Amino acid sequence: MSDHTIQTKINGNVVKKTVAARKTLADFLRVDCSLTGTHIGCEHGVCGACTVMVDGLAVRSCLMLAVQADGAEIRTVEGVAKEDGTLHRVQQALQEEHGLQCGFCTPGFVMTLVSLVERKEPIDEEEMKAALSGHICRCTGYQGILRAVKKLTATPAKA
Amino acid sequence: MSQASAGAAARYVGQHVVRKEDPRMLTGQGRYVDDNVVPGMLHAAFVRSPHAKARIVHIDFAAARALPGVHGIYTGADIAAMVKPARSLHWPPNVPYPVTMPLAHTDVRYVGDPVVLIVADDRYIAEDAAELVEVEYDPQDALVDYMTANNGPKVHPDLDSNLLWEMASPADPELDAIFASAAHVVEKTITQQRYINSPMETRGIIASHSAAENLTTIWSASQGVHQTAYYLANALACDIADLRVIAGDVGAGFGGKVHPGRDEIAVVIAARHMRRPIKYIEDRMEHLIASAQAREESALVKLAFDAKGILLAAKFDYQHDSGAYPWLPSVGPLAVNAFPGPYRLPKFGWRVRAWYTNTVGLGAYRGPWMFETVAREQVIDIAAKQMGIDSLELRRRNVIHTADQPYKTASGQVYDRVSPDQTLEKVVDMIDVPVFRKVQEAARKEGRYLGLGMSVYMEPTVNAIGGIRTTFQAETRMDASGRITVSSHIGNPGNSMETTLAQIAADELGVDIKDVRVVYGDTANTQFGPGAGGSKQAVGAGGAVTVAAQALRKKILAIGAKMLEAAPEDLTIENGKVFVKGIPQVELTLKKIAESAYYLPKTLPEGMEPGLATSHRMTLPVTHWANAAHACTVDVDVETGVVKILRWVASEDCGVMINPTVVEGQMSGGIVQGIGGVLLEHSLYDERGNPLAASFKDYLLPLATDVPVIEYSHVCTPSDTPGGFKGAGEGGAIIAPPTLANAIADALAPFNIDCSRMPLSPDRLLMALEASRSGKA
Ligand code: FES
Ligand code: FES
Repeated sequence: MSDHTIQTKINGNVVKKTVAARKTLADFLRVDCSLTGTHIGCEHGVCGACTVMVDGLAVRSCLMLAVQADGAEIRTVEGVAKEDGTLHRVQQALQEEHGLQCGFCTPGFVMTLVSLVERKEPIDEEEMKAALSGHICRCTGYQGILRAVKKLTATPAKA
Repeated sequence: MSQASAGAAARYVGQHVVRKEDPRMLTGQGRYVDDNVVPGMLHAAFVRSPHAKARIVHIDFAAARALPGVHGIYTGADIAAMVKPARSLHWPPNVPYPVTMPLAHTDVRYVGDPVVLIVADDRYIAEDAAELVEVEYDPQDALVDYMTANNGPKVHPDLDSNLLWEMASPADPELDAIFASAAHVVEKTITQQRYINSPMETRGIIASHSAAENLTTIWSASQGVHQTAYYLANALACDIADLRVIAGDVGAGFGGKVHPGRDEIAVVIAARHMRRPIKYIEDRMEHLIASAQAREESALVKLAFDAKGILLAAKFDYQHDSGAYPWLPSVGPLAVNAFPGPYRLPKFGWRVRAWYTNTVGLGAYRGPWMFETVAREQVIDIAAKQMGIDSLELRRRNVIHTADQPYKTASGQVYDRVSPDQTLEKVVDMIDVPVFRKVQEAARKEGRYLGLGMSVYMEPTVNAIGGIRTTFQAETRMDASGRITVSSHIGNPGNSMETTLAQIAADELGVDIKDVRVVYGDTANTQFGPGAGGSKQAVGAGGAVTVAAQALRKKILAIGAKMLEAAPEDLTIENGKVFVKGIPQVELTLKKIAESAYYLPKTLPEGMEPGLATSHRMTLPVTHWANAAHACTVDVDVETGVVKILRWVASEDCGVMINPTVVEGQMSGGIVQGIGGVLLEHSLYDERGNPLAASFKDYLLPLATDVPVIEYSHVCTPSDTPGGFKGAGEGGAIIAPPTLANAIADALAPFNIDCSRMPLSPDRLLMALEASRSGKA
């Protein structure tokens, strides 16, 4: 087992830490960085709860090692709302449409939706829905989440 | 989003109020069990049995012990020396139970049975150490299929047989005579497969012991903290007062987090022994093989009808798999109670057999008794076909109407204030049956197979099963600044009670919902009582909050009356202010009233106690029945076996809805779990007892792309409990499976496919279709 020093930018803050080579990015964020908003639902890449953005792309942090994130820019669910607490429109849509119950899957859905609404190319409802098939929610039956998707794809993205 | 206008009698109850829970959960600030860090905390991992049945010959943990960072290793024998065997508090009296220890200590009885507990600096090291433990086993023939349990190898050597429990209604010659002379007798065996709860957050616990205080503090992913303390105290042979249980946010449970597992009990014992905090978070594979199972069951259902299709009698011969160490030994009694369902059924005979097998133990899963509805509603469709009556018509002829109530069922339950007939007609209207039949006929001509399925059921909410579930308490208090705190023992694994209980209190006390905080999830600051489960939050906790808040309102008004020199009846509270109705200019803020109550006791009305806290504990001795009807339409691809759900309509009567959006969320969550059960989810074991679905790659759950848009309608028949609420938490999961199975059977009627064995996954449907075609050819 070897240890490595990595430097990343997480939600805009530079973080430099020494981690074991085998530590997952999910555990690094949760344990080493105390960013517990990223959740672990399966640790085998199916449920999507651990999704974070690495250099602008949504990735599963349970399938990535912390050392692979050396030099990367990471955004987690803690870095989505404005500093004054104003929710991102993805978060607003999920709240308005009752897209969460226990909230455990929610950070993953938020990160994938944020990555989709913030990308340059426009996205339609079907495409967004298809992207969500990489996430499992056991509480909502997806009804509220799909209503949020409708809302997010109906409103033209604002700057 | 409409939060209703202030001043109306009910400003929040009945409205779509956005949830108080959401802002923290959406921003990563929820606090789930694994998010807690306790100073000095160690981490646990388990060595689990790879055999369904084996004797433990020898355990060699020298290499594990030598690994740096390992602090404790406990075998079953170590734990057995520290604790007495304990049976589940759900065990029926006078029914023998196997010696149950937290870890396997002489032999293992299912794959996943915990054998050794490792405690280390972190989970990585604990798992390394677990891999270094060498356990020598002497494997034996296992019993995997409960249907062969009677003659199979014994699961528990200390018991006489594999039959956990058998119960039956008394012999009834009258019942037999009805069957002998009935115009139509229909019988069919219905079978359902094993499900695993699979909440997105697995089980988890942190235990930290203070010897100085003789107090063990436990953070648990628990559906109810007092329930967890109650079960743990039983297992540890200590008092509830020796434990403090805390649950923060809980990533759902669906019944699986009602009762601590044997492994979790071992963690608490080790933490008390080592005097070090220990965290154990179950991983997904452990959840899928070693947590708890549900729904592996079957029943032979016989229905007798007269010549007009009027139901005369039923027999329900039900068997289910209880696994090796069930914490819920049998769901039989609940299933029997609910079997008569929404129909007038004069006579009923039943038998229940619960069998041990070498599989993981039975636990609760959303509507644990739901097989009664699955079996009854499928056989109603089969009966309709056999008698040549339309299945909707058959339901209409037998469904209970308002005029029939109160109606005492053949299982001894009393229905009052229920509306199965109305919900049935609502879904018939919504789905537009005549139009669908035309579309179906046209599609068949083009070789497309559409189907319509329907079900009606009665849902026992607040199942009156005694014990800790008998009474429900709530406290409402106003602090010196005029803000409200509600405290409840009910848990919140996603049921939104932080919002719904606040809605109730805000209405009763005339305050903004922002000024109500709901406190729960800690045995130290809530009173003893049940947690979430059994759809009792609205009736039990909501009812108790209603009464407690009404008492607080009365006190506030009495103080206000004295201060304003008015009669209490002439006063009201709105927007946090007390004033004479119609004269809002002369007002008193709640803060002023609170100051009187806390600081100026002499100003209070004669004889009134100072302070502003009211508590109410209510008893719910009987089950409160909710009801619903669902219908769905499907398109079955006969080349691939894939079922596409076209529409899903649901009409539900859960009495007064505190928050319709929350009710619909509960309905849809349950419906999709039911859809998953019919089409995807299957915890299959091979013949040697190896679980074959040990990851989400094998245990398939429904995804956003698999679900229809659910259409709702509500009938509101208030219950006679405070607030008029009924439960709504389990219904979707109960009624969805037979609704969908009936639709698939209807779609495939031209092929005469037997849909009585679930799941109806594409591979199984294709096999059935092929058999049907080759039979025809
Ligand atoms: S925890 Fe990463 S995909 Fe499930
Ligand atoms: S809200 Fe509970 S898993 Fe999605």
